Amino acid sequence: MPEHENSRKVRDARAGFQKHVPAVLNLLAIAAVWLMLTEGGIVPNYMLPSPVAVVKAFVSDFPTLMYHSGVSLAEAILGLLIGIVLAFLIAVLMDRFITCRRALYPVMVVTQTIPTVAIAPILVLWMGFGMAPKITLVVITTFFPIAVGLLDGFSGVDQDAVDLMRSMGAGRRQIFLQIKLPSALGQFFSGLKISASYSVVGAVVAEWLGGFRGLGVYMTRVRKAYSFDKMFAVIILIVIISLLLIAAVNLLRRAVMPWERVQENRS
Amino acid sequence: MGEVLSAAHITKSYGERTIIRDINVHLNEQEIVCLLGVSGVGKTTLFHILSGLNLPDSGRVVLNGREITGQPGKISYMLQKDLLLPYKRIIDNVALPLTIRGMNKQKAREKAAVYFEQFGLAGTEFEYPAQLSGGMRQRAALLRTYLSSEGVALLDEPFSALDTITKSAIHDWYLDIMQKISLSTLFITHDIDEAIVLSDRIYILSGSPGQITDEIEIAEKRPRARDFSLTPAFLSYKKQIVTALGPGSFRI
Repeated sequence: MPEHENSRKVRDARAGFQKHVPAVLNLLAIAAVWLMLTEGGIVPNYMLPSPVAVVKAFVSDFPTLMYHSGVSLAEAILGLLIGIVLAFLIAVLMDRFITCRRALYPVMVVTQTIPTVAIAPILVLWMGFGMAPKITLVVITTFFPIAVGLLDGFSGVDQDAVDLMRSMGAGRRQIFLQIKLPSALGQFFSGLKISASYSVVGAVVAEWLGGFRGLGVYMTRVRKAYSFDKMFAVIILIVIISLLLIAAVNLLRRAVMPWERVQENRS
Repeated sequence: MGEVLSAAHITKSYGERTIIRDINVHLNEQEIVCLLGVSGVGKTTLFHILSGLNLPDSGRVVLNGREITGQPGKISYMLQKDLLLPYKRIIDNVALPLTIRGMNKQKAREKAAVYFEQFGLAGTEFEYPAQLSGGMRQRAALLRTYLSSEGVALLDEPFSALDTITKSAIHDWYLDIMQKISLSTLFITHDIDEAIVLSDRIYILSGSPGQITDEIEIAEKRPRARDFSLTPAFLSYKKQIVTALGPGSFRI
């Protein structure tokens, strides 16, 4: 039995690894083309820095980058957490009271149509140059996908399951906790994944438009100095941070929803 | 055998359409009674009323001498699907009616665990529903129904999702377990053979609006022999039921 189990695990691991081969090859190919274009002198360095220069910039500026990353990440995560709480409250209210839904839904959609670059300076004007306007902007960009996910999850609940609960004498609160909330978890995490990827970009955009610390501020500085190698280094860093956040959401999902893995294994 | 459940003069309409009219049914202690009828005749509507989920337009439901019309939580009700919650382990699915009544999770688990052996579910306690076969899921749903009941259960097509072989195995098991536990059940089916094999009495629901048009007693003693469904007695019951359902029942 254990041997069988082990060989299955090895096979699963190999299949998991093979799944990523095309993406890795593709990224390597892009890097190779980039290297050829720049080191081969086809594109001048002031238009596109070579990957070697970008790596050098990354290494030489590493402590500064880490300092600014810490600030941006803190804003992103705080904003995301507040966004989750806000989305949760809104979704529960809109699910419970149809009037709330009718009143809030259009407003919620409108908040998503306002361009962030336009609202960021206004937030700075209202809240100063500190973290507050950045966190607010992250909240505005992140709560929407989560709220919509939760709301869809709540309203997509199986009516028969609700009937079953009622036939057992369950009240509204128990139906919410035992049926609606767990049924909505999948959509909640799908929304959270999108929001996690928005959150860092949201924080950076807000910093770009006014502030003293964070990766956005760093970006405006290197742009003014025409240090495009550093600009590319920070772009890649932001990508990495966003991917790590998404990975964290996936890990959290696996921990919170262990039954999903069971279903995957069977299908 | 005393009467545990009775429904008198139940009528229900949705909008202009009357679904069921003047239904009278009763259930005695330890009895298995079947409600047989074609699809769309109002069987599930009647069950929703008996279970208290919906209110009838007129009529009353009485459980052990007390009126419970429109009060859910008194009679256990197993809906058509097994409705095991995919995110709960089998033991917590089964113990759900106990936790809803306010029992703490640990205690509810202990109380539910006692029945796993008897219901053929030993070893599945900490699995998720997706890991179980159709027959096992159905047995788990039955155990949950049993634990949520205070002696009376409504089963809406409990075995309809199973294939013929699994079905006949689960029929044997079901009759066997009904001997051991004290449960009076009223169940819905549109499978005539199933109705005869399992029931003490059969109500025929037919027409539009649906009405009880016949009541047939199956006198065969329990436990019934495995080949009961091959005997002349069985066939004569079947003939009687087919006649009672009327020629219109077999339109495709």
